[in-house]
Amino acid sequence: MTAACPVPAGRYPHIVLGHGSGGRLSQELLEHVFLPAFAGTTLAGLEDQASLPSPSQRGARIAFTTDSFVVSPLFFPGGDIGRLAVCGTVNDLCVGGAIPHSLSAAFVLEEGLAIADLERIVRSMAATCREAGVEIVTGDTKVVERGKADGVFITTSGLGVVPAGRTLSISNARVGDALLVSGPIGDHGVSILSVREGLDFETTLLSDCAPLASMTHAMLEVSDKIHCMRDPTRGGLSGVLHDIARQSKVGIRIDEALVPVRAEVRAASDMLGLDPLYIACEGRLLAAIAPEDAERVLATVRLHPLGQGAALIGQVVAEQPGLVRMRSRVGGERVVPLLSGEQLPRIC
Amino acid sequence: MCLGVPGRVLSREQEDGLLMGRVDFGGVSRKVCLEHVQDVALGDYVLVHVGFALSLIDAQEARKIFELLRELDQLGELQPERDP
Amino acid sequence: MRRLEPDESRRLAEHWANEIARTTTRPWKIMEVCGGQTQTIVKFGLDQLLPSQIELLHGPGCPVCVTPLEMIDRALAIARARDVIFCSFGDMLRVPGSDGDLLGLKAQGADIRVLYSPLDALSIARQNPERRVVFFAIGFETTAPANAIAIQQARQRGLGNFSALCSHVLVPPAMLAILQDPEQCVQAFLGPGHVCSVMGLSEYEPIAAQFSVPIVVTGFEPLDLLEGVCLAVQHLEAGRSGVDNQYARVVQAEGNLASQRLLASVFEVCDRKWRGIGLLPRSGLQLRDEYSAHDALKVFEVGDLTSDEPAECISGQILRGLKKPSDCPAFGERCTPESPLGATMVSSEGACAAYHAYGRVPVARLARGAGGVQ
Repeated sequence: MTAACPVPAGRYPHIVLGHGSGGRLSQELLEHVFLPAFAGTTLAGLEDQASLPSPSQRGARIAFTTDSFVVSPLFFPGGDIGRLAVCGTVNDLCVGGAIPHSLSAAFVLEEGLAIADLERIVRSMAATCREAGVEIVTGDTKVVERGKADGVFITTSGLGVVPAGRTLSISNARVGDALLVSGPIGDHGVSILSVREGLDFETTLLSDCAPLASMTHAMLEVSDKIHCMRDPTRGGLSGVLHDIARQSKVGIRIDEALVPVRAEVRAASDMLGLDPLYIACEGRLLAAIAPEDAERVLATVRLHPLGQGAALIGQVVAEQPGLVRMRSRVGGERVVPLLSGEQLPRIC
Repeated sequence: MCLGVPGRVLSREQEDGLLMGRVDFGGVSRKVCLEHVQDVALGDYVLVHVGFALSLIDAQEARKIFELLRELDQLGELQPERDP
Repeated sequence: MRRLEPDESRRLAEHWANEIARTTTRPWKIMEVCGGQTQTIVKFGLDQLLPSQIELLHGPGCPVCVTPLEMIDRALAIARARDVIFCSFGDMLRVPGSDGDLLGLKAQGADIRVLYSPLDALSIARQNPERRVVFFAIGFETTAPANAIAIQQARQRGLGNFSALCSHVLVPPAMLAILQDPEQCVQAFLGPGHVCSVMGLSEYEPIAAQFSVPIVVTGFEPLDLLEGVCLAVQHLEAGRSGVDNQYARVVQAEGNLASQRLLASVFEVCDRKWRGIGLLPRSGLQLRDEYSAHDALKVFEVGDLTSDEPAECISGQILRGLKKPSDCPAFGERCTPESPLGATMVSSEGACAAYHAYGRVPVARLARGAGGVQ
C-alpha cells in the first residue's frame, strides 16, 4: 500500500499505479489477464526467466531481434497493438531465414487504461502466437502515470533458429536478382490513417498485419537462392528497396505498373496526397531472388493465403548503385527518393 | 498545386445550413461539402479539394479518353494491312 | 467511370508523344503554371517523352512556396500562444520561417494540428470554446472557396474563438508578371486546371490576347499534361493564340459562379508579396472588414516582422521560368529539402524540391527526335 494508491476493495476496471508495484494488484493482473490468455504455455510456470534448449542442428545459428510498439490508436481495422507486437518481431526473424520459436513481451501500461482493453490485447497476442507457431515465454509489466504512455507500449524480443547453410542478408542481393513483393502495399498504413483524428475517412480496408512464418518457410523450402528478404514496415516498400540498394551496393529498377496496390489505398493516397510506396505494411515481404528461381518462388507465395496478390516488380541492376529507379505507368522513368521524415497529407 | 480528386456522390443532406454529402473515392469515402454544387444528384461525380466539391465532373467529357482508346485500338487493327 | 489500366495509360501516352513529335518543327518553351503539374511532369518523367525541342519551364503556381516569409513568422508567433490551437494543411508544417518551422514548434509542445479540410477547424473551435482556434488559410483560388465557407460559417454561427490567418494568392497577376518580364521567354502556358474550375476562363482571355500566347487550361494527370502540351504545340505551330480548355471534364468556361460570389463577399483583392518574386499588386486576397473578428491578422497583434531571405537563393528566377534548379550553385549542396534556402525548395512540389526528390541532379533526357513519326 502506498499513499498514492490505497489497497482496493476488489478488481478495478482500469489500470492503477498499484498494478505495477509487484504486490497484490500485480498478482491479480497476472492471474486475471495474462495467465488465462497464455494457459498451458511456458509462461504459466511463472519463472523469472525461461530456459530454452540450444539448437540441435550442427551449424545452425540463433536469431535474435527486438522491437517496440507504440501505435495509436490501440485498436484499428484488422488488428491491434498486440497483434502488431507479435507479427512485427516474428516477421523480423522470418525474413532473416529463421524459424521463430520464442518471444518476450514487456508492457508499459498507462494509469487509466481499461483492463477490458488490456484483456483484448493480450488475447489477441495469444491468438497471433498460435497462428505464428511461437510462444511468449517471459514477460514484464510496469505502470506509469496518466499521460506518460499512449495507453500501452509493448516491447517484444524474439528468438529463432536459422538452419545451417542459410545466408540471407541485406548485403547479399546480386545484380540480376528478381524482386518479389508478397502482396498489395500500404494496407496497414491506410487503415491506421482512416481512424486517425483530423483525416476522418471511411473505408472497409483492413490492416494487412499478419505473421509470415509459414510463408517464408514455404519459400525457403522451394529455393535456396533467395538472397535476402525484408518486411516493409515504416518507410514502406521504398524503405526496404533503399536498404537493399545501399547495403548490397546495387541499383534497383522497378515498374510502377507491376507494383500491386489496392484500389482503396490508391484512393486514400490520391485524396491525401500520399505515395503508396512510402506507406507501411505489416504482413508483407520483399525478396531478392536469383532469376532462375523467381517464378517458382512466386508460384509458392501465391498458393499461400497471405500471398495471393504477390508479384514480381523489378530487378537488381548494376547501374547507379544506391539508387532506386521506377518506370512510371506512362513510360517515363524517375528516381524513387528516400523519404526524409514522415509523409504529411497535402493540399498541393 | 491543388490536389483535386474525383469521387462519386453517395448521399446528400443539409447539415448546419450547408449541403453536405458522403463521397466515395474508390473504396474510401468521406464527408464532403457540396454547397457549391447544388445541382448534384446521387451517383454524379464531383471534383473534391480539401473536403469541398469544386465542380461537377462532366461524364460525357470524362468518357472521351475511352473513346480515344477505342479509336487507337481500331487504328492498330487496321495498321498491319497497310504495311508494304 | 473507371481508372485506366497501365497498358492503356502507356498506349495513350505514346499516342500523345507521337502527336507532339509529329507536330513539332521548331523549339518551343512552354510553362506549366501549377506546382502540382510540375510534380506530375517530374514524377512521371513526362519531359523524357517529348522531343528535345520542347522545353518545359516551371511556373510559380505553388502557394506553399510563395507564402511570404513574414506570414510564416506570424503563424509561428500565433501558434506559440498557450491557448491557441493552430490548424494547418500538412504542406505548411515544414516550411521554414526565420527561426524554425511549425513541425519543430509542435515538437516543443505547441498545439498544432494537421487537417485535411478547413471545415474540420470549425468543429475543433466548437469543441474547444475556451481555446482560440486559428486556421492557416493559404492557397490559390482553388482553396479560397473552402476557406471562405469555413470563415463565413464561423461568422454566421458566432464562433468567436475561430479566426483564419489568410494568405491567398491569385494566378493571373503572376502570369502577367512573368509575361511582362523583359527576360522572359515563355511562348505558351499550361493553365491552372483547378483554379479555372472555380474562376472560369475569362481572366485568361485578355492575357492571351495582349501577349499573343496560347493558354491551354490543363489537368493534373500525366495524360492530361501530355494532351495539354500537344494542344499547346499545335497552337504554337499554327501561330494561334487564345485560351483552350483541355480539362473540359472539370472546367466550365464560366467556372463555379456560386464560389465566385462567395469569394467576392468574404474576400477583397489586395497587394501581396510572393516569396522569391516580390510584391505583385492586386495579387492576393484578404478578409473584408466585416470579417475582422475572424481575421487572425487583427485578432493577434504580432507586429511588424522583417524577414530576410538568404542572398544565394535564386528561386525568384526559377519561379519565373528563367532558370532551372540545376542552374543554381547551391542546389543539392547548401540547399536541400532538409535545409532549404528558399521558396522553391520548401514545398514538396516546388520545382527545386521536385527536381531533388526525383533525381534531376542533373536532368537526364531521353530525347526523342522531332519532325518524324517513328
